[in-house]
Amino acid sequence: MTIEELELKADTIRQDIIKMLEQAGSGHSAGSLGLTDIFTALYFDILKHDPKNPDWDQRDILILSNGHTVPACYAAMARAGYFPVDELMTLRSLGSRLQGHPERVRLPGLETTSGPLGCGLSQACGIALAMRMDKVTHRWIYVVMGDGELDEGNIWEAVMLANKYKLSNIIAIVDRNNIQLDGPTEIIMPLEDLKAKWESFGWYVIEIDGNNTPEIINACALGRSIVDQPVVIIAHTIPGKGVDYMEYDFRWHGIPPDMEDLEGAPPKAEQAKDALRELRTLHSKIKSEAD
Amino acid sequence: MNIPIADINSDDLPVEPIRDGYGKGLLAAGQHHKNVVAVCADDTNSTKVDLFAKEFPERFIQVGISENNLVTVGSGLAAFGKIPFVSGYAAFSPGRNWEQIRTTICLNDRSVKIIGSHAGLSDGSDGATHQMLEDIALMRVIPNMVVIVPCDSIEAEKATIAMATDPRPNYMRLAKSASPVITLPDTPFEIGKAYIMREGFDVTIIASGTMTYYALLAAERLTRHHIKAEVINLPTIKPLDIETIVTSAKKTRAVITAEEAQICGGLGSAIAEILAERCPTIMRRIGMKDHFGESGLPEELLKHFGLDVDHIVLAARELIDRKG
Repeated sequence: MTIEELELKADTIRQDIIKMLEQAGSGHSAGSLGLTDIFTALYFDILKHDPKNPDWDQRDILILSNGHTVPACYAAMARAGYFPVDELMTLRSLGSRLQGHPERVRLPGLETTSGPLGCGLSQACGIALAMRMDKVTHRWIYVVMGDGELDEGNIWEAVMLANKYKLSNIIAIVDRNNIQLDGPTEIIMPLEDLKAKWESFGWYVIEIDGNNTPEIINACALGRSIVDQPVVIIAHTIPGKGVDYMEYDFRWHGIPPDMEDLEGAPPKAEQAKDALRELRTLHSKIKSEAD
Repeated sequence: MNIPIADINSDDLPVEPIRDGYGKGLLAAGQHHKNVVAVCADDTNSTKVDLFAKEFPERFIQVGISENNLVTVGSGLAAFGKIPFVSGYAAFSPGRNWEQIRTTICLNDRSVKIIGSHAGLSDGSDGATHQMLEDIALMRVIPNMVVIVPCDSIEAEKATIAMATDPRPNYMRLAKSASPVITLPDTPFEIGKAYIMREGFDVTIIASGTMTYYALLAAERLTRHHIKAEVINLPTIKPLDIETIVTSAKKTRAVITAEEAQICGGLGSAIAEILAERCPTIMRRIGMKDHFGESGLPEELLKHFGLDVDHIVLAARELIDRKG
C-alpha cells in the first residue's frame, strides 16, 4: 500500500470508530482516534500476519496494553480481514466477540486480554524470553501502550526486565497524547523527561509524530534494526484526531462521540492547541502536529 | 476405602518442608517436559526452585523483587507455549498481584502455575506481614483457577508433576517449616480428588496442608472417647470433589474442617457452601477466625490461635454432643 492509500484507509477506520462508539453508546473516543494511524500502519504495512490464519506460527505479535483503545484495533482488524466489517457494530453488546475491553479467548487475532493497565509490556517480555529459549528470530513483538498507563509500576518492572535480558525484538509504542482520564498527564502525574527516563533504563528511544504514517513505518523499521536493546517509540499523537471538537480535549478520553453532557463547552480548539504546544515546548518535544 | 499412608504413630516418621517436595517435583517436571520454565522474584532458594535453576539455567528467569511482573511475565511465557511455574512468597504472590492473575492469567486463559510458598502460620517468626492466610480465598473466587494445598512434601511433588500437564491456571500453596511426611510414594494423587485417609462413622474431619496430619492425630485421640472419626485429605480445594465430601457427610452427619488459613473464604467456606446446598450438616471450622497472626514458633501459633490437635478433638466432641 502507498502512503496515500494507508492514509485513506485510516480515514475509513476513523469513520468506523465513530460509528461504533455512537452505536455502542459508550467507549473511549480520544485514544482510539489518536491511535488510528498507528493501528492502520501496523495492520496494513508493519505487521507480518495473516488475517485468515490468526495463529500463523511465523506472525509478529501485537500486544494491546491500553485495552480501552481497542475500537481502533477492532476496526483495523476488520478492515484487514480478520472478521466482517458489519460485526464492528456489535461492539459492547451482549454476546459480541467485540468486548468493551479486548478478550483474547473471544476473538481470534487478539493476542491478550487487557483493560486493567500496565500489564502488556511484561507479557511481551515473557513472549520474547520464550522466543529466545526456542531460538526464534525475526519475529517482533509490538506493544501499544498509553502514556497515562506509564503511571503503573508494573510497566517499570517490565522496563527493567527487558533491559536486563536485552529483549531487542520488543518494540513498544507509547501513545504520547498528553491526556488521561482526569486531565493532562503532566498535571495528573508528570512523565517528563520521558525520553531520558526510557534511555536511562537502557532502551533505544525513537520519537515521532504518531499521526504521520511515514514516520510510524520508518520508526518501526529502525526499531527492528536495533539488535542489542529493547526499543520504544514515543509517538506524539493528537487525542481525538480527526474530530475537530475532540482534538486535544482530555474530557473525550472515556466517552463516545454523541454524548454532550460535559460540564461547560469543550475548550476552544485553539486554546487547547496552545496549551499543548506550551507543554511540549517546555520539555523540548516535537511540535509539528500542533502547528 | 482408605488410601495407603505412613504410620503416623511411628517414632521415625520423616519430617520435611512441603516446599522441598515442590523443588523435586519441578525438577522432575522439567526433565519430562522441555517447555517447563521457572520464574522467581528474588526467592529462588527459599522457594526451592534452585534445583531446577541449576539443572536448566536457560529455562530459568529471575525477575527480581517484582511480583506483578512475576505473574504477567508468566502469562507471556504461557502465550508462547511454555509451562511457566512462577514462584514467590504467598504473602506477595498472590497477595500483591491478584488483579494481574485475574486478568492476564484466568480471564486470558493462560495455564500459568502460581506457587505461593511460606503460607499459613509456617513462616512463624516473620510475623503477620509474611503469614499468608487469605490466599485460598483470593484464588478460589477467580473463575478458571485450580487451587491445590498439598499435605506434605511427597504430595507436593506429585501435585507439581500433575500441574505440568494440567491445561488450566493453577495455584499451589506451600508451607515453610518442616512437617511430617504422611503420604507414601504409592499414595494416589490426582488434581480434583479428595482422599479418605481414615474411615469412620461419627464425624468427618476434612483437612488440607499441614492440618491433615493434625486431623489424623485428632482422629487417633478421639478413639479414646469411643469416637470413630473419618479423615479426608483435601489437596484440591477447587474444583471440589463433591461426591466424596457429600457421601461422607451423609454417613457421619457431622463435619469439621481444618486449615491453616482464614476460615472465611477458605477450605471451610468451600465445604460449608457445598454442604448447605447438597446435604445440610452441622459443622465446625478450625482455622484463623478473622485474626492476623504474629511472631512465634509455628506450633506455638497453632495452639495460640486454636488450630492444634486439642482444638480439633474438642470440636469433634462438641459436634457429636450436638448431633445427639
